[in-house]
Amino acid sequence: MKNIFIFIQRNFTFISFLVLEIACIVLLNNGSKTHQVFFTSASNEITGRFDKQYNNWRYYFSLKETNDQLVAENARLRNLLPVNFQAIDTSKITFLDSTLRDSLGKMRKYTVFPAKVIGNTVTLQANFLTLERGSLQGVKKGMAVISTSGIVGVVVAVSENNARVMSLLHRNSRVSAMLKKDNISGSIEWDGVNPNFLLLKNIPKSAKVVMGDSVLTSTYSANFPSHLLIGTVNSIVADPSSNFYTLKVKTATNFFSIQYVYLVENLRYTEQVNIEVTPEKN
Amino acid sequence: MSDYIKNIIRFILFIFFQVFILNEVPPLHQFIVPYIYFLFILWLPFNINRFFLLIIAFAFGTTLDYFTGTGGLHAAPCVLIAYLRPFLLNLLIPQDTTENSYIEPSIKSMGWAPYSLYIVILTFLHHFLLVLIEWLQFGNFVYFIGKVSGTTAISLLLIFIAEMLFFRKGKFRSNSV
Repeated sequence: MKNIFIFIQRNFTFISFLVLEIACIVLLNNGSKTHQVFFTSASNEITGRFDKQYNNWRYYFSLKETNDQLVAENARLRNLLPVNFQAIDTSKITFLDSTLRDSLGKMRKYTVFPAKVIGNTVTLQANFLTLERGSLQGVKKGMAVISTSGIVGVVVAVSENNARVMSLLHRNSRVSAMLKKDNISGSIEWDGVNPNFLLLKNIPKSAKVVMGDSVLTSTYSANFPSHLLIGTVNSIVADPSSNFYTLKVKTATNFFSIQYVYLVENLRYTEQVNIEVTPEKN
Repeated sequence: MSDYIKNIIRFILFIFFQVFILNEVPPLHQFIVPYIYFLFILWLPFNINRFFLLIIAFAFGTTLDYFTGTGGLHAAPCVLIAYLRPFLLNLLIPQDTTENSYIEPSIKSMGWAPYSLYIVILTFLHHFLLVLIEWLQFGNFVYFIGKVSGTTAISLLLIFIAEMLFFRKGKFRSNSV
């Protein structure tokens, strides 16, 4: 306090000079519209800059909440996609009961849930993901897991609140796939070499494959909806000893940075699997 | 005549001269507005208290502003030159002799060269600040400097005439300070 007084005493003239100049500016500001506009806009400029910076910080802290909201919204929108619904075979229904049913009514086949990835590996030979969603939240064994850009894997184990997903990057992973161009189907596997590339096997040499062709999930799969992107053809290896190509496929999903996934439930999964494993009796 | 009364009369005369004569002169050129009123501050006595000097300059500038209706526009440069005046005088005059024997700055008390320098520097600074806060920007800098220099030149001419017309005999201070 004493030092403040000493400072004021020593610089008394300079301080009174400043005070008087400020008084002049204030007078000028009160008297003239031009000056008023100038000083107001200058002060707005400065405070506006601070406000913007502060708002940036606030936005950063609410990012998590924003993200959760976006994922929830995406799941809701994905549930509305027409691909989740399957048209009833109208001819059959007409045949059974032509008067009671609306022939345009549709039945739901797939349901989508969001899930957060809480564990993920890419460097092993058998890679799994762990999701924060379990049987209490409706996850069942055999559900397909997809990301925003491509497919991820299949649920192999479920606990109450977590689910274990066999990633496409697993030596035993098999997914039925097809070429987008001519619907020739094969099987997607992984050779355990590079997490960026999968192998598409059993494509006959009669197919006209070009580098860059899209590879989709096929219509044969019990857990995956059809026509989801798996990746693009990166290189073509023609095995001289067989009639089939082995295609190297660049994954559409980036397994290194996966944060959120969607679980897809096929409501007729059990039915399809049961009928497929029933031994034929002829 | 007492110094107080002399300066009070000067105060009134400078204001009236500036307001009713110089401000009524039709514009000679876009560069030039004749100003002489601030000579009052330059003529104030040497031994005046620095804080008091600032207050007088502020009151003087504000008075002129009331006449012209531009609150604070002339007061700001007046306070500036009143603040800088003691520093400049300390640099320009031999300390012990002049300040003790003469009352106020004049050609006689300071000599031709230091007095002219004193007038030129403070006039230029006054017009610089005046034009700057009038425009609130430099705009075209050449134009800005042109306006400041033109106004300064006219002011110097007016001050020269004033010095010739009202030749102030450098009054000695009485020995009994």
